[in-house]
Amino acid sequence: MSKHVLLIEDEPNIIEAVSFLLSRDGYKVSTHSNGHDALEVIEAKQPDLLILDVMLPGRSGFDILADLRGRETGEGIPVLMLTARGQTKDREMAQRIGATRFMTKPFSNAEIIETLNEMSLA
Amino acid sequence: MNVLIVVSLGYVLALFTVAFMAERAARSGRIKWLRAPVVYTLSLSIYCTGWTFYGAVGFAVRSGLEFITIYLGPSLVMLGWWWTVRKLVRIGRTQRITSLADLISSRFGKSNLLAVGLTLLAVTGTTPYIALQLQSVTQSYAVFAEASQDGFNQTSQTTTALWVAIGLALFTILFGTRKLDVNERHDGVVMAIAVEAVVKLIALMAVGIFVVWGLSGGIGPMLEKIDASEIGTWNVSGGRWAGLTFLSAAAFICLPRMFHVMVVENDDERHLRMASWAFPAYLMLMSLFVLPIAVTGLDLLPKGSNPDMFVLTVPLSQGQNGLAMLSFLGGLSSATSMVIVASIALSTMVSNHIVMPIWLSFTGAGASMSGDVRYIVLLSRRLSIAAVVMLAYFYFVLSGGGSALAAIGLVSFVGVAQALPVMIGGIFWRGATRIGALSGLSIGFVIWIYALFLPSLGVGVVVSEAMMASGPFGLTWLAPHALFGVKGMDPILHCLLWSMLLNSFAFVVVSLCSFPAPLERLQGAQFVNVFDHARSAKEWSSGAAQSEDLMVMAQRILGAREAQSLFGLEAARQGAQGLLPEPTPEFLGVLERELSGSVGAATAHAMVGQIVGGASVSVDDLLAVADESAQMMEYSSKLEAQSTEQRRTAEKLRQVNEKLTQLSVQKDGFLSQISHELRTPMTSIRSFSEILRDSQDMADIDKARYAGIIHSETLRLTRLLDDLLDLSVLEAGRVSLNLSHKVLENVIEGAISSAGLSDENPLLIRRTPAREDILLHTDVDRLAQVFINVISNAQKYCDADPRQLTIKAFQSKGLATVDFIDNGSKIDPDMRDVIFEKFSRVGETKAGGAGLGLAICREIMTRLGGDIVYLPGQDGTAFRVQFPIICEGQAA
Repeated sequence: MSKHVLLIEDEPNIIEAVSFLLSRDGYKVSTHSNGHDALEVIEAKQPDLLILDVMLPGRSGFDILADLRGRETGEGIPVLMLTARGQTKDREMAQRIGATRFMTKPFSNAEIIETLNEMSLA
Repeated sequence: MNVLIVVSLGYVLALFTVAFMAERAARSGRIKWLRAPVVYTLSLSIYCTGWTFYGAVGFAVRSGLEFITIYLGPSLVMLGWWWTVRKLVRIGRTQRITSLADLISSRFGKSNLLAVGLTLLAVTGTTPYIALQLQSVTQSYAVFAEASQDGFNQTSQTTTALWVAIGLALFTILFGTRKLDVNERHDGVVMAIAVEAVVKLIALMAVGIFVVWGLSGGIGPMLEKIDASEIGTWNVSGGRWAGLTFLSAAAFICLPRMFHVMVVENDDERHLRMASWAFPAYLMLMSLFVLPIAVTGLDLLPKGSNPDMFVLTVPLSQGQNGLAMLSFLGGLSSATSMVIVASIALSTMVSNHIVMPIWLSFTGAGASMSGDVRYIVLLSRRLSIAAVVMLAYFYFVLSGGGSALAAIGLVSFVGVAQALPVMIGGIFWRGATRIGALSGLSIGFVIWIYALFLPSLGVGVVVSEAMMASGPFGLTWLAPHALFGVKGMDPILHCLLWSMLLNSFAFVVVSLCSFPAPLERLQGAQFVNVFDHARSAKEWSSGAAQSEDLMVMAQRILGAREAQSLFGLEAARQGAQGLLPEPTPEFLGVLERELSGSVGAATAHAMVGQIVGGASVSVDDLLAVADESAQMMEYSSKLEAQSTEQRRTAEKLRQVNEKLTQLSVQKDGFLSQISHELRTPMTSIRSFSEILRDSQDMADIDKARYAGIIHSETLRLTRLLDDLLDLSVLEAGRVSLNLSHKVLENVIEGAISSAGLSDENPLLIRRTPAREDILLHTDVDRLAQVFINVISNAQKYCDADPRQLTIKAFQSKGLATVDFIDNGSKIDPDMRDVIFEKFSRVGETKAGGAGLGLAICREIMTRLGGDIVYLPGQDGTAFRVQFPIICEGQAA
């Protein structure tokens, strides 16, 4: 029984890389590439794990997470936030609004797999 | 002859000694006996000039008892009008008046125009009078010369007059301008003229006693002789009698020299008590023997002898040379004392009101008064004295010393009397105004000049015979001696009547019709209420009047509303009716503080003091006031400049701060954008390179694909870095333009081929090459860069099918315009400005750009002197690029 990971990210190459890595490690991966309807997609797909980029077209990852944590259905989903801005300000913000883990791009493949494994076990 | 010269010189030397001793005594503080009431009384005797000394007898011979009016006027003034004189003296002392002109100008708001006018009036009126003194000395000298059978002709007469003039000028300069005293007191001079007063009285009385007891055998026979002579039978017309008495009384107060000894040189008001009876007594003694001498002269001397010289010729004819000598000295005393005091008085006016103002305005030294100015003042006094005396000398020479001169005494009186209405009005009537004073004086002066002075020079000199008879231009009513048809009157009385009447009338009417300036009001109150003020220091008797004055002043300074509320509050507090409170000391303190906020403490104190304290404003006060105003003006202008400067600085700082904040926000945003743009491709590169590294069993096709992604992402990174560098160079303005000539058509051509249009998603480009035939002189590579950017944007973002881009070019007024219009969807109006910002992107699709393209385009166009804007109102997204055909930027 493989875990279902939803990757919300707008950069096609990163989607491809992360999908490749996670599939190879046994996760079931689905993707979405904009912020507008991200919440609805999450509601609909009910993933086990969520990877959420901060800078999304349409709506920022922070807004989506904040909304998600306010909803009954989204309260418990472990969320890994990715950001390319790489500032401590973003890390603090992510923690405050309830991100499970936070990771700055670029990351190593081992790092993201390990993090996801830890999150799915917790 | 030689004896006469020796005696004259000896007498003059004695006078010098007296003056010198008096000055020394004054310096060493032994001033008491110098300033005794008797000295003051005797100094008043300069009223009796050489004209009076010799001329009274002549007057009596010609007009009988009329000569008495000349003594009667001053006597009446001293006896009956002593309180007016006292008021003048009080005002003179409290206001530190230096001359008649000063008195009147200061009363009417320190008007310099009035001062100058009065100075001119005084000089015009007095110069002939000084000439008259020169004539009397010269004539008496000539009489002696004849008696001693010496050759003495007209030439030597003028020479004598010249020496007398020079001597008098020297004496006056020596003792009249020895020091500069604010009070204008001259102890040496006053003492000398007091001595001269005694000499002339003794001389005249000696001659009189000789005539009565020596020649006629006592009082009884003398009276019989007088009754028998024709003088005793003449009737004096009442009108002339009254007119001449009035005239001499007016002249007594208004003559510059009289004003000088009476008011300026007065040391103590109480001296007036003695003078009020002693001076009339002196005049009575002076007039006592006039008739006896006249009658005796007529009796003893051959017909046709000059009666003006009887005082000398009667003793001479009797061989009484010693007595004649004494008489000569008496005449000399009368003449010299008059000349000395008159020239001091005139020089004070000329120097203070004409020379110094001109000098100050030429040198602009007003602000920096220093010791040098004292020297200048003294110099100007000395020159003025010399000028006045020399003017009189020339008048004497030109008039030829004839009868015209003898008549000038009364003419002169009428002239100076013109100051009387203004002077009396000024000290008794608060409603008198400067304009009124100017009007009255001008009219009086003009009438005097026209109706008396000019005709007195002799018919045909200035005024022609025809004009005398029938007026100017045939206007009979303007004939000088028959103004307004009043004919057959004595010229003196005629002029006196009209000038005084119209002078007073103009003064009163114009004063009533005009409003006094604030300073005039203050000075008016100060002058009119000069006696009240001294009392009111303790008892606020004239409170209402003072409150009104204070109110007027406060309104001027504080503004009407504030002054009224200040006074109203105080009035309410005191429970007084209306708006005017009693000027209690507390309220005056409050008012002074309020005023000092606006005008400075010294000024406020002086102003309040002027109105209620009776304190005069001293020179020190005035200097303090002037200093204060100068400082305040400087300070306030500095303050104003400072506050303007501060406001400007604060505004600049605010702007800079705003800009810095903005820049800081922009920089933060920019850095995080760059971070994002760099990290995103690096994420893919890192991830795929690790995948390639870790996966040995990967299909070649996958390997190739991942390697391809890595490759394209590195290209993307390179492009980003290129753009960033390009933009930073452009923004810093360090880019140098590479100007060259190229036709627009070729630039667009090149841009299209460089834009990398692909066949797989075609973009049809529509142009009109004929309209692109514009020869440019600009940086064509940079321009092409802009075109490429715009075209590839269309290539990336145009979402129509089929896609097309229309390029329209045209020129006007030295500007080339190129529009790029595609047929895709338009850019959201909100975004039309944002797209030119760095890292801005429209739409959700990734097109490989970092969002710097349009920002770079805008920078380039700015450098080329042009612009790139979104062009609204087209079928799709449209940009307009506009730039000068000839770029004026710096060549590379």
